[in-house]
Amino acid sequence: MADLVTIAGIGKSFRNGVIALEGVDLGVAEGEFLSVLGPSGCGKSTLLRIIAGLTPPSAGRLDWRAGDMLGRIGFVFQEPTLMPWAKVWDNVYLPLRLAGVTRGHAEERIAETLAAVGLQGFEKAYPRELSGGMRMRVSIARALVNEPRLLLLDEPFAALDEITRAKLNEDLLALWRRHRRTVVFVTHSVFESVFLSSRIVVMAKRPGHVTAEVKVYFAGPRDAGLRLSAPYIDVCRVVSRHLTEAIA
Amino acid sequence: MNGSSRLLRIAAPVIVGLLFVALWDAVVRHYVIPPYILPGPGLVAETLWRDGPSLLGSLLVTLRITLAALAAAIIVGGLLAILFAQSRILELSLSPYAVILQVTPIVAIAPLIIIWVNDVFLSLLVCAWIVAFFPIVANTTLGLNSADRNLVDLFRLYGASRWQLLRYLRLPSALPYFLAGVRISGGLALIGAVVAEFVAGTGGTETGLASRILEAGYRLEIARLFAALLLLSLTGIAIFALLSWVSRLLLAHWHESALPDED
Repeated sequence: MADLVTIAGIGKSFRNGVIALEGVDLGVAEGEFLSVLGPSGCGKSTLLRIIAGLTPPSAGRLDWRAGDMLGRIGFVFQEPTLMPWAKVWDNVYLPLRLAGVTRGHAEERIAETLAAVGLQGFEKAYPRELSGGMRMRVSIARALVNEPRLLLLDEPFAALDEITRAKLNEDLLALWRRHRRTVVFVTHSVFESVFLSSRIVVMAKRPGHVTAEVKVYFAGPRDAGLRLSAPYIDVCRVVSRHLTEAIA
Repeated sequence: MNGSSRLLRIAAPVIVGLLFVALWDAVVRHYVIPPYILPGPGLVAETLWRDGPSLLGSLLVTLRITLAALAAAIIVGGLLAILFAQSRILELSLSPYAVILQVTPIVAIAPLIIIWVNDVFLSLLVCAWIVAFFPIVANTTLGLNSADRNLVDLFRLYGASRWQLLRYLRLPSALPYFLAGVRISGGLALIGAVVAEFVAGTGGTETGLASRILEAGYRLEIARLFAALLLLSLTGIAIFALLSWVSRLLLAHWHESALPDED
């Protein structure tokens, strides 16, 4: 499939002299679930911010196939990053509100999205009344509500416990399968990346660059059973070796 | 919070207050202190009862100045903070003057203002406003600039306008800071009003509580002075309690400061 965005020779150096990224070339194919895996400090979050247009690159360029992406990118941060004064419904409404959609017109779309992430019945709850996992679901619903062309996730489940994390992985995967929206997922977990992705790129640090790429394919369904299967463990082993080399 | 700790929260300060009054009474009786030096609590209560209506009239004058000054401080302070948050240049060029206005003792400027502003009410209002407006400006500016960075990024990602960023992110983020500022300013407005009245002196037909305190002091009517002082303190407490209540009401559900204690 054609690339939604082509990243060519991206570099980023900060004012304090730190070179976060150097010569990163990467294509993100339409409809793929791409994981960017690397140790902390390898610039993977910076890369994600550059793709989102939140940080300007110091070198290189991004080529978008779909033209102007303003308002067509969903972003999920490491923290749920919700507005504490707003109810779940209003938090999810935000992207539509900023796009000028009235509350009445947003109603149906928000109900759909909340149902898709398992939040029906929580419309009137405030973020503080929810668990960490539920807050993250709100954050994902907000990112999905305006049907973005590209969904960017920056270690969204890093702060969650293992059980919640596994459940959210499965639900995220189910969401992706339904619409085949393009996803770029930043993580430092080998298991998570193998479970979720159709492709994994591994990054090393100082300065951040891509060292390896692994295509992931499993014959069977990706469900809880997959985590215990031999093929899954094999791929994890391969990816893990790449990561070890990247850190060395 | 359970029942016994709530009881303690009310009972403990009340007991302290009663002990203090009892001690005061005992000291006055034991040393036979004349009422023009220190009246006993009974005499103060009696004076408060007898002079109550006329003192309340004066209190109303002071209260009008206080509330008008607080309203002006909220409006001007809030708008100024929004302007500061919109333009760094404006903040840099104006905020030093706000600080100057804040650190100059009001008793030193009050005579000038009273000379310059013809209307007595207006001149007292200006004095009280000068004392009251700074905490609101400073707090609200801090609040407007304290919006979650990731949320600011998110707004940018969706192409939010400046106005949308202010309306949907910066203003709600600033609300707890603004309300904390208002709570401080409520007390300061009262202090400002009283200080300005002190400087303005006892002239005029409508006199506030401060003038009554001065007057009672000149005449050595210390019991009345105490009664007026008591009214003034009660007013300050009432203003603070009211503003705290409003603050809790507005921040219920979401802000840490307004959440009930959890045992």
